[in-house]
Amino acid sequence: MSAVRVGDAPRRVGGEARVTGRQQYVADIHLAHELHVKLVTLPVARARIGGIDTSAALALPGVRFVMTAADLPQPVPRFGPQFRDRPIIATDETKYHGDPVAAVAAETKDAAEAAARLVRVAWEELPAVTTVAAALDPTAPLVQDPAIRPNDPLAATNVLREHPVSWGDLDAAAASADLVVENVYTFPMVTHFAIEPHAFIAAPDGDGIAVWSSIQHPNWLQRVIAQLLDLPLAKVRVYAPDPGGGFGGKQHAKYEPLLAFMALRAGRPVRLVLTLEETFQAVRRTAAEVRVRTGLRSDGTLAFEDIEANYLIGAYADIADRVVGKGSYPACGPYRVPAARILARSILSHTVPSTAFRGFGNPQVNWAVESNLTEAAARLGIDPLELRLRNLARRGEAFIPFDTPCDGDWEQTVRRAAELIGWNTPAPAGRGRGIALGIKSGPTTGLSYSTVRLLADGSVVVYAGTSDMGQGARTVFAQIASQELGASLDAVTVVMGDTGVVPYDQQTSASRSTVLMGNAVLAACRDIQAKLRSMAARLHGVDEAEVVVDRGVVRLRGRELPIIDVLKPGLGSLGGELIGLGEMRKEADPDHPLGGTAAFFEFNCTAVEAEVDEETGDVTIARYVTVSDVGKAINPLQVRMQDEGAAIQGLGHTLLEQYIFDGHGRIRNLGAIDYRIPTSMDLPVEMISEIVENEDGPGPYGSKGMSEGALLCVAAAVAGAVRDASGVVIRDLPLTPERVWRALRDRDRS
Amino acid sequence: MDQGIPIELTVNGRRRTLVVAPRHTLLEVIRDELALTGTKECCLVGECGACTVRLDERIVDSCLVLAVEADGCVVTTVEGLAAGDRLTRLQAAFLDHGGVQCGFCIPGQVMAADDLLRRNPHPSLQEVEEGLAGNLCRCGCYGQIAEAVLATAAGDPEGEA
Repeated sequence: MSAVRVGDAPRRVGGEARVTGRQQYVADIHLAHELHVKLVTLPVARARIGGIDTSAALALPGVRFVMTAADLPQPVPRFGPQFRDRPIIATDETKYHGDPVAAVAAETKDAAEAAARLVRVAWEELPAVTTVAAALDPTAPLVQDPAIRPNDPLAATNVLREHPVSWGDLDAAAASADLVVENVYTFPMVTHFAIEPHAFIAAPDGDGIAVWSSIQHPNWLQRVIAQLLDLPLAKVRVYAPDPGGGFGGKQHAKYEPLLAFMALRAGRPVRLVLTLEETFQAVRRTAAEVRVRTGLRSDGTLAFEDIEANYLIGAYADIADRVVGKGSYPACGPYRVPAARILARSILSHTVPSTAFRGFGNPQVNWAVESNLTEAAARLGIDPLELRLRNLARRGEAFIPFDTPCDGDWEQTVRRAAELIGWNTPAPAGRGRGIALGIKSGPTTGLSYSTVRLLADGSVVVYAGTSDMGQGARTVFAQIASQELGASLDAVTVVMGDTGVVPYDQQTSASRSTVLMGNAVLAACRDIQAKLRSMAARLHGVDEAEVVVDRGVVRLRGRELPIIDVLKPGLGSLGGELIGLGEMRKEADPDHPLGGTAAFFEFNCTAVEAEVDEETGDVTIARYVTVSDVGKAINPLQVRMQDEGAAIQGLGHTLLEQYIFDGHGRIRNLGAIDYRIPTSMDLPVEMISEIVENEDGPGPYGSKGMSEGALLCVAAAVAGAVRDASGVVIRDLPLTPERVWRALRDRDRS
Repeated sequence: MDQGIPIELTVNGRRRTLVVAPRHTLLEVIRDELALTGTKECCLVGECGACTVRLDERIVDSCLVLAVEADGCVVTTVEGLAAGDRLTRLQAAFLDHGGVQCGFCIPGQVMAADDLLRRNPHPSLQEVEEGLAGNLCRCGCYGQIAEAVLATAAGDPEGEA
């Protein structure tokens, strides 16, 4: 097998293990003498916790202990990526349905489960807030103890933070507008539903601790555990086997801290594998209510955007406040907007802590702002595509002042999507079309290191702290190493997911890894190439400047040698290896509202042709087009899989998915029967995905990040098509048959 | 605690004699007793398909079958599909057509697709989509998986391992 090239689509690295069942996820790993953990929760969102009687549970054979808040250091240690607000286990009161009050450790899973049912908790239900309106009511109970954020004037409210962004003169712009369109849009609570439920193992490890987790950010988890246990980082080893789907829901610590304390108490390994229902109670997307006022001139030129986005986060902040700030920041979209006022709020509630989820707060505001543009186009009598093109930022334009200017030929992407859906031809009878644009700010800071070893036989080991959760990072890094060092793909090993051996990586999020870690891997390969150059110069008695190493070959004085022909004699009789180190930084900017400018923008255009069943309200998507500007596809097949997968995931919140609560703040549709995600029967009849490659990104070979773009504007494109097909306008997601049917009925009555 | 019940299974061609708890599912026995962890656990209510295995002449969600119900049966898990290191054409097609992302649902998908092709060697796209509707993929690889199944049915030379 020869070296692969960037732009090829070889089989996924790790793919064989996945189709044969050999791939080991956390739940597949067993340690000797392990104990099984089961969480104890209450059938209510918010309750005062009284006494916990563990006697019956402890009497069961095989039960070793029951951990409660009383068994932890006092006050109970707290953790969290933004605020240290989340206790290791509920103390004093539960704050959401699923907040664990105790955890049983037993010799078998059966004993742990049986014992968990025998833990008797005295509790008293307290009023809970589960909606934006209830949380903002001045008489609402406070979700968070105000002591968590001393000196914060908002601490006496359920508003965790406000994120204002504005530019231009809004009043003057409003005076110049010929049309103002104002509407409120809602986006439901949905959950990640990774097919792999979260799984955790913790074990004493010499004078430290080892933790296995289906985590996206192993280095961040290492820091959290080290802080909580007051251990040096070097004594906390995090193993992060490839997650079975992450989508943002596995970024931050959940029950690893609890397991760490339990492992130390037991002096033995402890394991916890969540049920799917428990994952619904562990992670979800932030819901939102978004009020948009869009001002336009009669020719369709945007005059202003005035956006108020109330995001309903959960009981603990997790990373949700960052989701709100970063997701709302580009709310005006990829357009030239002379004046803008964006005010986003993170609002605490007695619900599951919301966290990162593919799109990171952007899909919520995109749904509102893009839908409002579609409405504005209709009211102005302008084609919705034309209205968007008229306002679209051109390359180099600072469409968000003080941020990275437009970094692509976005019009090319939009025009291609329009062409593929046949925008300028009439839709077939009974069908309607919708189009929407999505933009997302890439990482604002970043730090990735990579070590690459060129071994004596020319094979290569790449160390990269990225988590490969399905996006295909292993394959991308292996392709870069293969191209740069000339090894065939099956002679490249990519080592990830072990903080004991892999250098630091900040995180796997924001579609960053191809760009940031990719550049670190590339730099490490180039470091090796520099060493090969001096080796070749020494061996052949030439000047280093005369040696070129490129794509696996060494060129000097008109000769072209495979790398191995330089490496072997260069290393000499002792053998050995060449080691390269690569580093990629995206520096912070403390004066920027987000703490840094965008490393790149993800840009996507989605166009949909749909029909609506007038009898049932069922929406069928006949054709679906998604086009993303990816800069350069290092692996075009994986790019297609990510784009189409993002689109299908977006169809979930657009058409099917939502949490349903009862009056006690309990989630009534936990699990796969009552909460439906898209299956093979829910797909567009025809799915077309294409990419734009202008090699104009900051990543290796001109690549950009691309894993979230195709999810951003799904809802607005679909709703636009539903509107075009049926005349009904729906501003609440998901577009369930019931909701569409009701709207059709209301249309016919009016 | 539960009184154990002896059962006999033929798993991936190997005869296994076990004593199982009456409440344990086939999934629990496959994963925890036989250490065949290729079969995955997700929803436990027969909706996601991650635990799909072959039981005699049909496929089942192994989370919905009690181990004692499988007594005397022939069980094939994903580990039993390939002969040694050689992938089946179907497994190879999953890789060549981009049917695999995170991979967690894939053992179930492969088992369901294998069964579909046994029953219907030349399915239409619609038959593939209907046949695999019980196997969830949150990465959204449905289109690529269907391509892989259709290519296998068509004798896709690309699918040779």
